[in-house]
Amino acid sequence: MRLFGGLEHLLERLREGLDAMELTAQLAVAPAARAALWRARGNGARLEELPLAVTGFDDDAFFKNIGISTIGELLKLPRDGLARRCGPALLDDLDRALGTVPEAREYFMPPPRFAAKLELPAEVSHADGLLFAARRLLVQLEGLLAARHAGVRGFTLILLQSEASTVVEVRLASPAREAERLGQLLREKLATLSLSCPVEAIRLEAGDFSPLHARTAGMFGDALAEDEGWRRLAERLQARLGPDAVYGLATHPDHRPEYSWRRVEPGEWDPREFRHPGPRPLWLLQAPRPMREDDLQLLAGPERIECGWWDGDDARRDYFIARFSDSSLGWVYCEAGAWFLHGLFA
Amino acid sequence: MVVALEDILQRHPVWRGGASFSRAAVVPSGFSVLDGELPGGGWPTGGLTEILGLQQGIGELRLLLPALAALTTAGKRVIWLAPPHLPYAPALAAAGVDLARLAVVRAPGRRDSLWAAEQALRSGTCHALLAWFYNARYAELRRLAVAAEASCALVALFRPREAARESSPACLRIALEPVQGELAVRILKRRGAPAAAPLRVPLKSPLHALGRSPSSPPVSRDARARRSLGLPVHA
Repeated sequence: MRLFGGLEHLLERLREGLDAMELTAQLAVAPAARAALWRARGNGARLEELPLAVTGFDDDAFFKNIGISTIGELLKLPRDGLARRCGPALLDDLDRALGTVPEAREYFMPPPRFAAKLELPAEVSHADGLLFAARRLLVQLEGLLAARHAGVRGFTLILLQSEASTVVEVRLASPAREAERLGQLLREKLATLSLSCPVEAIRLEAGDFSPLHARTAGMFGDALAEDEGWRRLAERLQARLGPDAVYGLATHPDHRPEYSWRRVEPGEWDPREFRHPGPRPLWLLQAPRPMREDDLQLLAGPERIECGWWDGDDARRDYFIARFSDSSLGWVYCEAGAWFLHGLFA
Repeated sequence: MVVALEDILQRHPVWRGGASFSRAAVVPSGFSVLDGELPGGGWPTGGLTEILGLQQGIGELRLLLPALAALTTAGKRVIWLAPPHLPYAPALAAAGVDLARLAVVRAPGRRDSLWAAEQALRSGTCHALLAWFYNARYAELRRLAVAAEASCALVALFRPREAARESSPACLRIALEPVQGELAVRILKRRGAPAAAPLRVPLKSPLHALGRSPSSPPVSRDARARRSLGLPVHA
C-alpha cells in the first residue's frame, strides 16, 4: 500500500486507467477480496447492509421465507444450525468474505490476443483524427500487454468505411508495448495513406505476443540502448518507406557476381563465411548494361567466371577491368561476343 | 565583468580566417595528403561534407572507404541513403568494412530521402551517413546541417558538380576530378584558411591487387582469346 502512496492514490490511479479505456466500474474496498466483490455488486454499501442477492447463494428462496434479507442478518444466525440446514459451503463463503479463512483465488489471465473496436462519434477522413481515436485503443493494448509482461511485434488497424475497409499493418523491429511508440509508427503509416471515403469505426487487432521485460535505459549510452535506438530508427524508416526499404548486405559464396551478395536484415553477416575474391567493383549495376567494345581500354583480365549450369542461370563470362573515355574504371565482361558493363570501381 | 577575448575564443567556436579550425572531432580519412589539408586532420563530424561531381567510377567511394572501414570495425553504424547503384558486398568486405554495421536505405523521392536523413541523424545511432542528393534546396540542407550538428556523425552528401555555384551550409565542400588515372580532390570550402592547389589522393587501385601499376600497358585484345593471362578461372 505504501508503494502506491496510500489507498486514495491507488484508487485514483485505478480510476484514471479505467477512464482512459472508457470503462465504467464500481470500486469498493474491503479487507477480503470476496467482500470487496460483494460490496462492488451492491454499489459500495456496508457489508452488513448488503442484500443477499449479491452473494449468489442458491438458498435465496429459503432465506426469504425465514425473513433474512441482508448479510448482517445472516451473520446473526447460529452457525451450527446454518451449517446443518444449508451445508458447510455457505459458511465457508461467509468466512472467506469476513477474512477469517484465507481464500485462494485464481489469477486473472488476460486473453493472448487483443481485438477492440471503436465506433467513431463522427465520420473521420483525416489522419490526425484517426490517430487520436486509435490512441485510445493503443492504451488498452498497452494495459493488456503490461499485465502479461509482453510486447507485440506488430499490430493491425482496420479502418471500417461505409462500404469497404482499409487494413493498416504496422510491423515493429523489436517487441514493444508503449502506446506512445506504437502511436508514432501508426502516424507514419497513416501519413502515407489516402482514403477514398470517410471512416466510421476502427478496429485494432494484435496477436503474436512475445515476452518483454521492462528495461530502463542506461545512464551512459550503453551498447544495448544504442541497438534499441537503431531498431527504432529502422522501424520508423520502414513504416514510411516500406518494409523492403531498409536492408543490410551480406556476402554469399557464389562466383557469379550477381549472386555473391544478399539483401539481409541489417546486422546479419558472418565475416567467417567471406572468401576474398579478385578485384571487385564497389558499385554493381542493377542489370548488366550492353555496351560497344571500342569505347573502352582494357587494363586487366580476363577473369573467367563459368558457373551456375546447375540452377538454370548459366554464366560463362570473361571479366575485365576497363577504363572509359571519361577515365572512370568499370568492370566489363564479354559473353558470347557481346560486351556488358556490370560494375563501377567507384 | 571583464571577459578576456582569449576566453571567448576558447569557449566558442569562433571561426577565424587564416587559422585552421581544429576543435571538432574528426574521422581520419586514411590518406595523409588529405588529412594534412582537412581541418583537424580528417573528415569532420557534426557537419555536412559535400562531395561534388556525380561522375561514377572515379574513386568517389574509395576516398571514403578507409574511414568507413575504421568506423564499422569500431562498432559504429553506417547508413547509405538512396545510393545510385547496388553497393557491392564482396568489394566492401574485401576493403575491411564490417557489413554487419552497414545498412542501406532506399528512398524513392527527394522529400523521403531528406526525411530519412534527418531521422537517421536525430536518432543518434548512425555514425556515418552517405547520401546521394541530386537536387536539394538551401533550406533543406540547412535543416540537415542542424540535425548533423546534434548527431556527431560524419555526413557525406554526394551532389552534382553544378551545386558548387550555389551557397551551402556544409562545413566542407570538395570537388572530385579524375587526373591521369588518379583522383584529384579540390577543397572548395573548409573551416579555416582556403586551400590552394588540388590534391592528388593515392587511392587503392583495383589493379594494385593484381600487382600491376595503373600505368601498365593495356591488355592486348588477343589476350581475351588466349585465356592465359590474368586471374584464375572459376568453374
